[in-house]
Amino acid sequence: MATLLIAEHNGTELAPATLSALTVAQQVGSDITVLVAGANVKAVADAAAQCSGVGKVLLAEGDSLAYDLAENLSELILSVAGDYSHIMAPSNSVSKDAMPRVAALLDVGQLSDITAVLSDVQFQRPIYAGNAIATVTSNDAVKVITVRAAAFDKAAATGGSAAVETLAAPADSGLSSWVNDELTQSERPELTAAERIVSGGRGVGSGENFALLEALADKLGAAVGASRAAVDSGFVPNDMQVGQTGKIVAPSLYMAFGISGAIQHLAGMKDSKVIVAVNKDEEAPIFQVADYGLVGDLFDVLPELTEKL
Amino acid sequence: MKVLVSVKRVVDYNVKVRVNADNSGVDLSNAKMSMNPFCEIAVEEAIRLKEKGIANEVVVVSVGPKAAQDTLRTALALGADRGILVETEEQVESLGVAKVLQKVVQEEQPGLVILGKQAIDSDNNQTGQMLAALTGMGQGTFASEVLVDGESVAVTREIDGGLQTVSLKLPAIVTTDLRLNEPRYASLPNIMKAKKKPLETKTPESLGVDVKPRVKVLKVEAPEARKAGVQVNSVAELVGKLKAEAGVI
Repeated sequence: MATLLIAEHNGTELAPATLSALTVAQQVGSDITVLVAGANVKAVADAAAQCSGVGKVLLAEGDSLAYDLAENLSELILSVAGDYSHIMAPSNSVSKDAMPRVAALLDVGQLSDITAVLSDVQFQRPIYAGNAIATVTSNDAVKVITVRAAAFDKAAATGGSAAVETLAAPADSGLSSWVNDELTQSERPELTAAERIVSGGRGVGSGENFALLEALADKLGAAVGASRAAVDSGFVPNDMQVGQTGKIVAPSLYMAFGISGAIQHLAGMKDSKVIVAVNKDEEAPIFQVADYGLVGDLFDVLPELTEKL
Repeated sequence: MKVLVSVKRVVDYNVKVRVNADNSGVDLSNAKMSMNPFCEIAVEEAIRLKEKGIANEVVVVSVGPKAAQDTLRTALALGADRGILVETEEQVESLGVAKVLQKVVQEEQPGLVILGKQAIDSDNNQTGQMLAALTGMGQGTFASEVLVDGESVAVTREIDGGLQTVSLKLPAIVTTDLRLNEPRYASLPNIMKAKKKPLETKTPESLGVDVKPRVKVLKVEAPEARKAGVQVNSVAELVGKLKAEAGVI
């Protein structure tokens, strides 16, 4: 069982999600190769080589890989795919884009967003917005897998001393080209990696009112999330959305303010260790999954909570 | 330009599904079914392209049981010109659907294919990307803006840290994200008119595609229920519990 793990990184550092996916790779087998692709990512490859259990690191650098274009990235993965029984990546916007392309080019199915490893060929994944858990296997020779990072502990980032081999970057496909990025600036922890999350919904009322959540988040060292209602109302940018169609998180503490708790939102956070809900409506479905519920006005509760912590 | 849109019939997004007692799957016997929300957005975008004079024909296609006709009729009522149902009683997974769509693309030669980013039943998020791979086209996934300009299309994509815009050579594949548009409702006269629009039926066999599943579902279980929580009456009590009982702050 040889596994190829596609690293998630920001260009300079290995993302914590890569370590969660590495845990899955370790559960599947011991022969693990990590692929680091990008424009200028030698530092990331060196970090990957230090990770526990990594046998080899493949480093591919080039202009064609600079912006994670799926057409080029899938060609790169395909060029080495023959050597592996499992090809996996943490589930993120890059892998969701590229991995199905790899699977189709290999003529195999894909197992998306797995949450548990039962054996090297049997996995569990949520379906129907997390309302059912399917145990799945694939009959294909190569298993293409994306891993829900929030469902796995992180492997150790030290203890390894893998060799780094260089791969040639693929030629540009000519099918797509990068135009620009518009990234949201934030000093707070990244949502999917945060240990604590303070999240707001329609009940917060406006973008300005999110300052109340930010104050609490800063006190807790937490990330700030949002429901789709808050994003659609224009309170906050959409990369803050937690839910079936946004980010899937499982922090130790998730605090929901003014969020009713629609199925689609719960799909993104119900595996959090401790859930706190503050809502005016005592009938709100969020209270059914909350460990601690407080019926009250978030505009009273938030300042008091921030002060008492 | 011809625009091809793929739509899926799924359980309505407001239905809380139940797992069958024998763990064979989820019970959909009496559940309300409707068009996958992301597919509605795909249909809406195609119709807007037609209204702007960029598209001259919108063709909708669905792979599924006979009942998926209703989903196609809904799309026709919204403004699509004709429908293609690739009928099969099998549960077709993403790769199978992508292979069927590849054949339809071959026959129809659309300038743009629009799909939803994921279906809310299987939550796979694969079909559009797989179709792009099989047709050798560029892909603009998770689109929140689509601007066709001559021989190319600029697609603004929702990525983890914010937004990314890419330019794709046409023909291309686009998958829709939630914020691409607000789908319209079908009016009653349009629902009546849609009944007269052409709807062609094919089968995977007639297209020469093997749709046998590669990913096997061994069993389906209900997720572990969370332990019942407690209501607290004050902020002080909440802080106390979080510190002493939960130990998370």
